[in-house]
Amino acid sequence: MTQDLVNVTIDGMTVAVPKGTSIIEAAKQAGILVPHYCYHPSLPSPAVCRMCLVEVEKVPKLVPACVTTVAEGQVVHTDSEQARKARTGVLEFLLINHPLDCPICDQAGECELQDYVFQEGRAGTRYSEYAKRYNPVEDFGPDVLYVANRCILCTRCVRFMEDVAGTPVLNVSERGDRAYIGIDEGQLLDHPWAGNVVDLCPVGSLISKDFLHKARAWDLDKTASVCTGCSQGCNITIDTRDNTVVRLRPRPNLEVNRHFMCDTGRMNYRWMNRGDRIEAPLVRDAGRLVASDWDRALDRLASLVEKGGTAVLLASGAASLESLGMVHRLLAGTRLTAAVQVPMAESEEPLQGIKGLALRRERAPNGDGARLIGYGTDWPAAVKAASSADLVVLLDVTLTDAEAALVSGAAAVVVLGTLQTQELPAATLVLPVTNVAEENGTFVNRDLRVQRYQQARTAPGMSRPAWWVAASVAPAHALGPSTGASTAAEAFALVCSTIPSLADLSYADLGLLGRMTPAQGLAPTMHGGS
Amino acid sequence: MGYPHPSHAKEQPVLSKHFGDAGARTFEGWVKRGGYEGLRKALGMTREQVVEEVKASGLRGRGGAGFPTGLKWSFMAKEVTRPHYLVCNADESEPGTFKDREIIRWTPHQLIEGCTIAAHAIGAERIYIYIRGEFTAEHKILTTAVEDAYRNGALGGNVFGSGRRIDVVVHRGAGAYICGEETAMMNSIEGKRGNPRIKPPFPAQAGLWASPTTINNVETLAATAHILVRGAEWYKGLCLSNPKSTGTKLFSVCGHVQRPGNYEVVMGTPMRDLIYDMCGGMRPGRALKAVIPGGSSVPIMTAAEIEDCAMDYEGIVAKGSMLGSGGMIVMDDSTDIVYQVMRLARFYAHESCAQCTQCREGTAWTTKILERILAGAGKAEDLALLLDLADNMTGKTICVLSDSCAAPVVSAIKKFRGEFDAYLDRTRRPVMVAV
Repeated sequence: MTQDLVNVTIDGMTVAVPKGTSIIEAAKQAGILVPHYCYHPSLPSPAVCRMCLVEVEKVPKLVPACVTTVAEGQVVHTDSEQARKARTGVLEFLLINHPLDCPICDQAGECELQDYVFQEGRAGTRYSEYAKRYNPVEDFGPDVLYVANRCILCTRCVRFMEDVAGTPVLNVSERGDRAYIGIDEGQLLDHPWAGNVVDLCPVGSLISKDFLHKARAWDLDKTASVCTGCSQGCNITIDTRDNTVVRLRPRPNLEVNRHFMCDTGRMNYRWMNRGDRIEAPLVRDAGRLVASDWDRALDRLASLVEKGGTAVLLASGAASLESLGMVHRLLAGTRLTAAVQVPMAESEEPLQGIKGLALRRERAPNGDGARLIGYGTDWPAAVKAASSADLVVLLDVTLTDAEAALVSGAAAVVVLGTLQTQELPAATLVLPVTNVAEENGTFVNRDLRVQRYQQARTAPGMSRPAWWVAASVAPAHALGPSTGASTAAEAFALVCSTIPSLADLSYADLGLLGRMTPAQGLAPTMHGGS
Repeated sequence: MGYPHPSHAKEQPVLSKHFGDAGARTFEGWVKRGGYEGLRKALGMTREQVVEEVKASGLRGRGGAGFPTGLKWSFMAKEVTRPHYLVCNADESEPGTFKDREIIRWTPHQLIEGCTIAAHAIGAERIYIYIRGEFTAEHKILTTAVEDAYRNGALGGNVFGSGRRIDVVVHRGAGAYICGEETAMMNSIEGKRGNPRIKPPFPAQAGLWASPTTINNVETLAATAHILVRGAEWYKGLCLSNPKSTGTKLFSVCGHVQRPGNYEVVMGTPMRDLIYDMCGGMRPGRALKAVIPGGSSVPIMTAAEIEDCAMDYEGIVAKGSMLGSGGMIVMDDSTDIVYQVMRLARFYAHESCAQCTQCREGTAWTTKILERILAGAGKAEDLALLLDLADNMTGKTICVLSDSCAAPVVSAIKKFRGEFDAYLDRTRRPVMVAV
């Protein structure tokens, strides 16, 4: 290790941390969370909330842990009587003008003011007989409401807009206890990344209109996932209530998205709850598509694949690496043309203050995963080839009418779909598959980082992951290489085994923050690197 | 001199010698009165020599903190790799203080000369004079004097033929008390909201525009010209008590004295002499009750405490208060201490920049409790509550505004507890408090 390390003792625990580390971060290394409001690891620290005051031996006054860097041999007490009294004092000051409308506040249950007051605040108030500060609710923009009365003036939102988004539309207006967060005259909080201020707000002052009164925090189930909005692959948490996805929030990953996600990604979840799903396998029988069980459907799929000949596989760039890989393997015995569909936007929407973070032009999470497996990118050519193919397999794609007409020219069309709108009149076989919220899987982002996502809700009807469909066909019919896999992890290992740069990777290696892969043997991509 | 009153024998007018003399305002008039000799002398010396001279004089900051001026200058980098700045603090926002205003009003060139000497000493090419926005007449006088100084070569690209470039920018404040705090002042000059900054980094490392910066008070800078002309030894000799406090100090005396005004005395002069001799004592039939000796931010003193108090940095600290800015608020026995403390607290609540929680909420809450006590609705536990809030507000924030609100409250409760109790036990009639 070439870094200079500094030894510091925090609440009796000695840790070695790199020189220049703040006490608050060093304390995390010692397993201690120093209560704080204004500090945030992805924002500059103004040290204004004064909540993180700690006692440092041989220093006369308490020091703010967020801006004080560690020194060799320093002895810090975060929970001394002095430090505790200071924090209790701050909490009391914060509460005198805080409305305590927790029963109707969206933040309740995930509120840092609530948490710390329960942890070490005073049981009662000494601020009796006075009215609290009142300011009306302000509509800041497309998705953000400002409930001024709940604001504790930590200024995280102001700093995010100024220092991270580079669009300083928020400010602290007025002075003293009249202060509130203001928005510049004639401006809206409509920056493509503005929604992050809602996550950053430690209390229920900045709230999302989209999530307003939808659920109590304690009713939510949280699942680690990856955003499907673009090829950046921001780590997210899917919040579900009663099996319904109600909110997406960024999940910290310092190497991908730090603590942020864009508004496009954030709002990209309603389709996960759509009701018009294909719920049972449909098999063409006497000219009609009729509902069937999986055994019959899989038999039919096997017989179509066994014929060999020319096959065209048209897949969505939002399908998992497992599904893309296994379906591709299923068709290995055919003369296969495989292409991935990746919608392209006009421009990128970068988050100025975070290097390497943007809403990318490539608006699918797994285009690079598909290319690693061997999918081509010439979509029109593949669709054209489909018109005369012996077999066409559609993997969770929605075709235009013109594309559908071309595809209908094939001898057989298998639809692996999620939505009823993906069914084609000409389909030979329609198989219900799961969407990203309903399965375990992985995506490969634009930097060739392989990242896992987990199942957040139960799949509707008889739908199964597409990799399962492929895996369940093959063993019985012994087509091509083995496709046998009974879990997503096995499917992943199998798919990776044929991709040199991913070889030997397992789910255990990926963890929840993913893993970079060296770019071996990768064909030129749509975004041309960078 | 005790402007607007004639000079008193116990005064030692150095800075205030020409107060009331409008002829001293012009460049020519100032030169005729011996002005710009200090600057000419300084330009013939090296940076280090000027710093050493001021160090030797024992001059300490007159803005409130009393930090040794020469030492502060010596913190500036020897080699000028980034622009160095001098900021002259002419915001004079501390309640009860009105000395800098008179210096600018009568002797603007005294300030310009001091600024230029300091700029030379710290290697600065640009001086920002941050003048309180309400000083409209003084702003006009100062800008006129600056133009005059440019015309006569005391400022500009070649100061008195020395080859040194020194420019002055006069920047007007917009009325915020907190912009008198040096780091808030730098933010204000940069066009930002006037919020104090966290130290470190200290201004000498990264101040204005993140460059090495020295901030000095008007009175401090004005004194430097005299030190250079008459020598450090002379200045050091101006001392009646503790040798760590040297020179003369302007005290702005206001309140219930017969002759309020600015009085310039040698450090260590007895406070009694100032109040009873120079200022003519209390109004007829009234007795002294309390003094706030150094601007509103310092602890209050009782009549007994001023009896043998030497007015210098150490002497006032020994009596439990501070010299501060020298803004002296004298109160006679007609004064309602509780009301006075409420007025101060209300001022701080109004002026809190709102950054730190304790200050933003604490100053306002303190005010509300004091208002409640005055209105006859106080509770038995209110004094304990005020003291506990003061403890939570002291030593825990970025700047000392919060402490400044707490100090008068704590000292008043400690020293005039009876007056609070009279409201609390309803033996005193409630006061209508205008909100």
